[in-house]
Amino acid sequence: MLREIRPAILILLLLTAITGLAYPLAMTAIAGVIFPKQAQGSLIEKDGKVIGSSLIGQEFKDDKYFHGRLSATSAPDPADSTKTVSAPYNAANSGGSNLGPTSKALADRIKEDVEKLKTENPSAAVPVDLVTTSGSGLDPDISPEGALFQVPRVAKARNLPEARVRQLVTEHIQGRMAGLLGEPRVNVLALNLALDEASK
Amino acid sequence: MTVIGWMQILLYCAIVVALVKPLGWYMTRVFNGESTFLSPVLRPVERGLYWIGGVDEKREQHWLTYTVAMLLFHVGGFLIIYGLMRLQAVLPLNPAEQSAVAPDLSFNTAISFLTNTNWQNYGGESTLSYLTQMVGLTHQNFLSAATGIALAVALIRGFSRSSMRTIGNFWVDVTRTTLYVLLPICVVYTLFLVWQGMPQTLGAYVEATTLEGAKQTIAVGPVASQVAIKMLGTNGGGFFNANAAHPFENPTALSNLVQMISIFAIGAAMTNVFGRMVGNQRQGWAILAVMGVLFLSGVAVTYWAEANGTSTLASLGLSGGNMEGKEVRFGIVASSLFAVVTTAASCGAVNAMHDSFTALGGMIPLINMQLGEIIVGGVGAGLYGMLLFVVLAIFVAGLMVGRTPEYVGKKIEAREVKMAMLAILVLPLMYLGWTAVAVVLPSAVASMANSGPHGFTEVLYAFTSATGNNGSAFGGLTGNTFFYNLTLASSMFVGRFFMIVPAMALAGSLAAKKSIPPSAGTLPTTGGLFVGLVVGVILIIGGLTFFPALALGPIVEHLAMNANTLF
Repeated sequence: MLREIRPAILILLLLTAITGLAYPLAMTAIAGVIFPKQAQGSLIEKDGKVIGSSLIGQEFKDDKYFHGRLSATSAPDPADSTKTVSAPYNAANSGGSNLGPTSKALADRIKEDVEKLKTENPSAAVPVDLVTTSGSGLDPDISPEGALFQVPRVAKARNLPEARVRQLVTEHIQGRMAGLLGEPRVNVLALNLALDEASK
Repeated sequence: MTVIGWMQILLYCAIVVALVKPLGWYMTRVFNGESTFLSPVLRPVERGLYWIGGVDEKREQHWLTYTVAMLLFHVGGFLIIYGLMRLQAVLPLNPAEQSAVAPDLSFNTAISFLTNTNWQNYGGESTLSYLTQMVGLTHQNFLSAATGIALAVALIRGFSRSSMRTIGNFWVDVTRTTLYVLLPICVVYTLFLVWQGMPQTLGAYVEATTLEGAKQTIAVGPVASQVAIKMLGTNGGGFFNANAAHPFENPTALSNLVQMISIFAIGAAMTNVFGRMVGNQRQGWAILAVMGVLFLSGVAVTYWAEANGTSTLASLGLSGGNMEGKEVRFGIVASSLFAVVTTAASCGAVNAMHDSFTALGGMIPLINMQLGEIIVGGVGAGLYGMLLFVVLAIFVAGLMVGRTPEYVGKKIEAREVKMAMLAILVLPLMYLGWTAVAVVLPSAVASMANSGPHGFTEVLYAFTSATGNNGSAFGGLTGNTFFYNLTLASSMFVGRFFMIVPAMALAGSLAAKKSIPPSAGTLPTTGGLFVGLVVGVILIIGGLTFFPALALGPIVEHLAMNANTLF
């Protein structure tokens, strides 16, 4: 059995070097050449400044923008580092609400949000994705229904005809891949960028 | 539930089944030491490793030596991860300036990755440096997966050999699995993932100014190379806290499909390796059929429960299913399927938050893990777990007809059944035992995020996941406390090694036996009768063990939800 000690050290170190250093570093180099944009995080720049990533949702509160899903991410409390405070769309600390199906806190939150949205647009049914938090807290998408629901509010805030805003939404609906995989969705950041363009 | 949803599920199953034969053929060649199309490139590397490591690839090991070699390998792996986490603040490749990780969390994480559990008490992007992620976690993702596969191959050799004292060479099995199976697939897979949008960079976190003018720090890193092996090796430990729900860790519906396929690919193909090595591929298909029956039943229940939503959503007139904790790009069906896949295998990656699943939707992942993750299971580990149940089922069948049971030419006798029972019983001892302790300790109860039965389920899920070396979580539970760090680590350790050692003892005792040809009285182990028998034994043993605990958690919660009781 003693002769197993040498390979236990050397084989381990060599395989560690191959799989823990050579492999990720080589992949970083190759990916950086073939897919430079994705490898850096699919960043979007405007006037030379990074305004976000097309894959990462960001917080929109203003009426003139389409809002993304609710986000349950948090950040360390600046006053007391052992505690955390709510920080929606914190892309350095992803996570969900983790509230269960019989949670009173969750039921109260959803109820409140549904009532708020009903006053905003009484004519349509409230889409479920607008009142639930995403798993990552960084969901870049909302459902097409979730976007169409917000059209009256956005159009009013921007003084644009509703038909024009609705058309922008329709243009930004991404269907299922190959008609089969995933769900139809709208990328909120892309839609809002297009909206800013259209309002110019 | 929709037609298009079921079409996605069937497409997934079809691809996994289609991969079984080619991958099984290739892996059998690798494990038998034959040359493959990659040999011209990899063979010199392999020989170099043996030369430096002092390994004689022709010299095989007794099961005890094989097991000791495996354990020594793990001691070294533990020291590497623990050392890196404690020292990461002063080591290079730390652009986010993460500080040293606390001793108990480092201990927990080291055990976690060593045992192929990859439980996340750490926060990924908020805790670990790039060096720790790469050298500590990525490398152990490879090695714990390679170890699982090597052990399964050793057990298969026990069945396929006749009157032999040895079951292979651990160093050769681990090296060949890493070089010929895991690494080549990961190279191609990583590039695919980057193409889909996954970052792969050593650059610092990105500072963005959002459209509304707020600051957003976007965590990036060498993500794709780690995610490739995390999925393929059924490890599951995320680069990011939100794991595969994070858009960088699972950007599209296509990346999601491929990730689910890669969780099952090797585990499913191992049944074919088994069939080939014991000389009859139908033996492998029969085992895969057992897994398939249990898997599809689970998918149906979870998909139905999630699509139905909760009584809270229904009372507010919200349709579209339970979207709390789920991502829009995956929706109900891909989230439900992923949850069942990741817990059937011992992966533990999540693309939706299991804590927010409905009571019954979240119960299926729990059951999958409590059955011992034998539905495809962890790479290698799933097969040896399933073979333990097969031994038991064959034993039960033998009792019914009063004849010494046989399986693929080997007599199953008292020693084999004892080893199988030991391995099967140690799992509930851990997860039921620690759950019982946790729910009477006020400090442990304080970690629950939800109250009522859901809080109990969070604790039960944590210990089940740790013991089963799964690593998925009802994430609301604050696991990063002294109590949970240590008890979860002990569950992971016992769940892994107290299953491995009896399985290896079984391999040794089987290899030493003579192979006997089947006779008229031998139970055929390739037909529907056998499949039904094994499914029955799994459900009866599983059901008797954990049904009482489930009744206190998800079942009572489901009844409470239907009565509109909130906690």
